[in-house]
Amino acid sequence: MPIHEKSLIRPENLETHESLVLDDVDVSGHWSTFISPRVVTDYNEALEDEIAALPGGQNIHRCWQCGSCTNACTVNALNPDFNPRFWIYLVRMGMEEELLRDKEIIWQCVSCHKCTTVCPRDVEPEGVMKAMAHWLELKGHQATSPSSHFDDVFSEQVIETGKIEEGRIVRDFFRRTGQPLMQDWLVEMIKRLIRHLPVTLLARMGLATLVRPRTRAWGPARAAIQDYVAEERVRQRAALGLDGEPGSARPGLPDAAE
Amino acid sequence: MDQKYRRVAYYPGCALEGSGHAYNRSTKAVGKALGLDLVEVKNWNCCGAMEVKNIDPKLQTYLSSRVMSIAANDMGFDTVMAPCNGCYHNLKKAEHDLGQDPESRAVAERLSSKAGHKTYEAGQIETIHALDWIKDAIGEDGIRTRVKNSLAGLKIANYYGCMYTRPRHIFPEKDQGADSESTSDPHFMDDILAAAGAEIVSFPLKTACCGGAHTLSDSDTSTKLVLNILKAAELAGADVIATECPTCHSGLEMHQIRAEKVFGERTGVKILYFTQLLGLALGLTPRKVGVQENISDPMELLKEKALA
Ligand code: SF4
Ligand code: SF4
Repeated sequence: MPIHEKSLIRPENLETHESLVLDDVDVSGHWSTFISPRVVTDYNEALEDEIAALPGGQNIHRCWQCGSCTNACTVNALNPDFNPRFWIYLVRMGMEEELLRDKEIIWQCVSCHKCTTVCPRDVEPEGVMKAMAHWLELKGHQATSPSSHFDDVFSEQVIETGKIEEGRIVRDFFRRTGQPLMQDWLVEMIKRLIRHLPVTLLARMGLATLVRPRTRAWGPARAAIQDYVAEERVRQRAALGLDGEPGSARPGLPDAAE
Repeated sequence: MDQKYRRVAYYPGCALEGSGHAYNRSTKAVGKALGLDLVEVKNWNCCGAMEVKNIDPKLQTYLSSRVMSIAANDMGFDTVMAPCNGCYHNLKKAEHDLGQDPESRAVAERLSSKAGHKTYEAGQIETIHALDWIKDAIGEDGIRTRVKNSLAGLKIANYYGCMYTRPRHIFPEKDQGADSESTSDPHFMDDILAAAGAEIVSFPLKTACCGGAHTLSDSDTSTKLVLNILKAAELAGADVIATECPTCHSGLEMHQIRAEKVFGERTGVKILYFTQLLGLALGLTPRKVGVQENISDPMELLKEKALA
């Protein structure tokens, strides 16, 4: 029988033979492909609890592996290797090494909430995906993803001033990820944008980048939020068995917002 | 008799003061033309958008709860209208979590008291979208009698995006029969623009994702998702994609250009906020509804259809 889901079998475990004789019977062409058996001994029994301790991951234990999430998933439609159901399975089995093979794409969840809408078990897989992405970064398996950089840049502004200013977000994000700001398509977009804009609006937009929009009397809220975020960081790191020092894998929000 | 939603608290949010300015302008202009009062929430803050929840969902709930607390406790309103899908979604999510999850409530209480304002209590505010606002305050018949410049001949694909309908459990008022909004096949924008005379095309991707959350952090993914939406709209015969969210709207406009520049895929469909289209139908000028701020320049099309 042909193997349908080759994507779920690691290439090194697939044995394909040009011609094969078994017990004097030539089975070439019929039974030429085998999956070599393997023994998994390196379970990380804490993995599920660690994911569950991060924001969004708390319902992972409810999953019954129906696959509705993957079936509905926006990113899966672009890349079949993006498979929330499979990753939830790996986490629950403690198969950390297997999970790490996909560490470079897990952060690509676009938070469309299709999975959460179809999940019959209220797992909220979208949150689980974010928890996995954070786990990879906190544990040092993966560098801070562009998505996490964006979240940080954005949240730092909100915490600092109560509001955001988009121009500043874009500049800070490109700077932090080491990308040039003047990308071809952005330049083209700005050209088309300003073609019809009245001078007053242009001036207003320019002003917003100089005088930052802010919520008045935000100071007490800022201080309360910074305390809370710092506490949560310590709690999360402790749950992952990491030291209490916040922000070694990601920039500490409270510091950066000062 | 009291007209529903005649006077509501208005939460524009950060995007409507920046890239989504045309949505802000056209929403206010439409409100004025229809005799509906929008009273902006005083000294509001960002709801957390799609980002703060990834730092901490309970912090996002607090941010949204502060906006509702001001509207309810300082201004005496029981309804907040948010035209941005992200703001609308977050206020709804906060409402849900504060009602269901004691931990979220505890964090909101702690942060509110330290920040020096009343804690928002679930149930104080009904959050509505600009679509609910028009649909319930004016309705299709009300629009039909007020149309000065019918959208007849304009073929429109209505794009609702993700945050207006998903996840379903934060919108308990949806899927409640024929008069309510549907999460699988939303139709309020279809109803409103059809009443304004437009020809609504059947558009299978009305709730597809534009990749807005990763518009800059994973641009290729966003461009592919947007390109699917643009092509599907063209295939359905649409001249225009109508939007009801500043993130979706600027995502479609940005990645339409990026698809052209990076993937060599050109599409010609125009992108307009539903409030811009409704405003034109009500007889407002393109300038009044901020058409000059759109990147996908629709002026030629509007002239051709006698709307400008
Ligand atoms: S839809 Fe829910 S229950 Fe089904 S596999 Fe996905 S997370 Fe598990
Ligand atoms: S939220 Fe993420 S995991 Fe869920 S369907 Fe969307 S892209 Fe896939």
